Amino acid sequence: MIGYLLRRLAAMAATLLVVCALTFAVFYLFPADPAVQFCGKDCSTERIELVRQQLGLADPLIVQFWHYVTGIFAGQTLGTGQYAVQCGFPCFGYSFQSAQPVWDLMMDRLPTSISLALGAAALWLLLGVGTGVVSALRRGTRLDRTLMVGTIGVAALPVYFTAMILLYLVVTVAGLLPYPRYIAFTEHPGQWISNLILPWITLALLNAAIYARMTRNSVIETMAEPYVRTARAKGLRERRVVGKHGLRPALTPVVTMLGMDLGGLLAGALITESLFSLPGIGKLFADSLNKSDQPVVMGVTLLASFFIVSSNLVVDLLYAWIDPRARLA
Amino acid sequence: MTTPLLAVQNLAVTFDTAEGTVHAVKGIDFTVERGRTLGIVGESGSGKSVTSLAVMGLHRGATVTGSAQLDGTELIGAPDDHLRTLRGRKMAMVFQDALTALHPYFTVGDQIAEAYRSHFGGTRKAAHARAVDVLGDVGIPEPARRAREHPHQFSGGMRQRAMIALALSCEPDLIIADEPTTALDVTVQAQVLDLLTRLQRERGLGLVLITHDLGVIARAADDVLVMYGGSAVEQADAEALFTTPRHPYTRGLLDSLPRLDAAPDTALRAIPGTPPSLLAPPAGCAFHPRCPAYAATSDTRCTGERPPLRTVAGGHRSACIHDEVTA
Repeated sequence: MIGYLLRRLAAMAATLLVVCALTFAVFYLFPADPAVQFCGKDCSTERIELVRQQLGLADPLIVQFWHYVTGIFAGQTLGTGQYAVQCGFPCFGYSFQSAQPVWDLMMDRLPTSISLALGAAALWLLLGVGTGVVSALRRGTRLDRTLMVGTIGVAALPVYFTAMILLYLVVTVAGLLPYPRYIAFTEHPGQWISNLILPWITLALLNAAIYARMTRNSVIETMAEPYVRTARAKGLRERRVVGKHGLRPALTPVVTMLGMDLGGLLAGALITESLFSLPGIGKLFADSLNKSDQPVVMGVTLLASFFIVSSNLVVDLLYAWIDPRARLA
Repeated sequence: MTTPLLAVQNLAVTFDTAEGTVHAVKGIDFTVERGRTLGIVGESGSGKSVTSLAVMGLHRGATVTGSAQLDGTELIGAPDDHLRTLRGRKMAMVFQDALTALHPYFTVGDQIAEAYRSHFGGTRKAAHARAVDVLGDVGIPEPARRAREHPHQFSGGMRQRAMIALALSCEPDLIIADEPTTALDVTVQAQVLDLLTRLQRERGLGLVLITHDLGVIARAADDVLVMYGGSAVEQADAEALFTTPRHPYTRGLLDSLPRLDAAPDTALRAIPGTPPSLLAPPAGCAFHPRCPAYAATSDTRCTGERPPLRTVAGGHRSACIHDEVTA
């Protein structure tokens, strides 16, 4: 088990290094000259050259990459002479736009993305898994058909459409809620919820529909397994047959999917955050990309990869914990 | 005369499918006494497994009519709450493939203990001790350690023993074993079958042994019911069935077995044709399209009414019109 974990962590580190190298190559080789971006408009040629020296852009690419990677763990000194800046661990460089450390920018935005992701996930799990289980157990009834037609309808709604309709109806017409803005949970839990409820619903609806259909299929499949029949043959109550012997294996694939989806969401729900102007990681990414703020784009890409790779690991460990057959690896 | 342990009368099972109604079992009768083994033999689709599931009340989506009485208690049409108290406790099942029939997520010990506790209550510890006991009874070495393992950590034979232990855990009166040895290696088959018959004798259980394998029947059954196309075609004690088979289907089955005393290079004699469709069964005797007696006589009685089981000798019944002729 320890060996397995170490191997997985090594593989995770390798994956992140490759992602790092690829993004580095993409953003430092191809687009506009970073020195020009950093310096801004109306920069003289000499000034741009100076910036290039200070940013270390004159070094060979591989040396720049080395500085970047080691800088993440050990920190690095950016610039020379009077302009030298000590960038401490974990150093992802400074934003070209705001000159703030990339790490600080990301950590400012992270609570918003985490709040959005966790709240939405809780909501769609409740809705999706609940609907799926009920539908599966009432398979073929009018209730089942109604629920499944409903999920197709909901799944067909684009996120921006849902968001606009919700904002218009709830905020503009009914005035039930304020226009969403992020308020930290620690600051005011009630307002944290009331401000995030619309983004949560927006993000949850689509996933709830997908999860409902997946859960339904999985439950139907599992309830036909011979071991469920054995549970009945033992004389167990139907509630126990369904709850313990049927649902546990049926929900295993749901847990897997949730892990993957959460990993992606923690890295920012780009569209939802933009629609509700929530200052999350996704919004940060979109804004930096627009302004060619390369250090921030790099940092967010790495952070996103980290979330996705680690959620994969968590899912695999969770899987082994749920299903003993997976413990052999 | 005392009531038999299991008395099945005119049991019929139908399924409504998109293509029409499937008559899986078309009215069969049999009894199982304490301390005796009834072998039900037939090929796939003959209705033998459906019969056992109907008795247990585990036929989901099927319509069951007729009567099945366990120790005088009617099972068919009984509310599930009542059946539940009998399942596992009075009648237990051993399924074919223990790898899929045991739950992959729980330890073997937990699965047995769960059955025990659901009927007898008591502490987890006591139920677990009971599980270890029955695992020992079925010949699993180091039962205390194996009880904490999961089914996939068991070998095929050990897994089937665990399945038997599960069935035995609540000391039922009747055990229905549906192809209990089919998924096993030949040598392990014999061990598991011997275990089943030994436990059955020691504990005076009624055992219903469902199989397609006449070797299993010869080794373990006291009485035999031969099923074809959802009906019983022959019923006899095992000895009579093997020495004087009456129905052409039974004879075809026996003829198709390889024999040690046959001349070398003798080809095996298969029954020609395929089992009947349950959706559109042949008229009259379901076996007539494959029957040598019908082929020889083209008797219209074979294609008219379905021939009923008739007593042809003491305790020996057959459902063939030609019985007098061909006997």
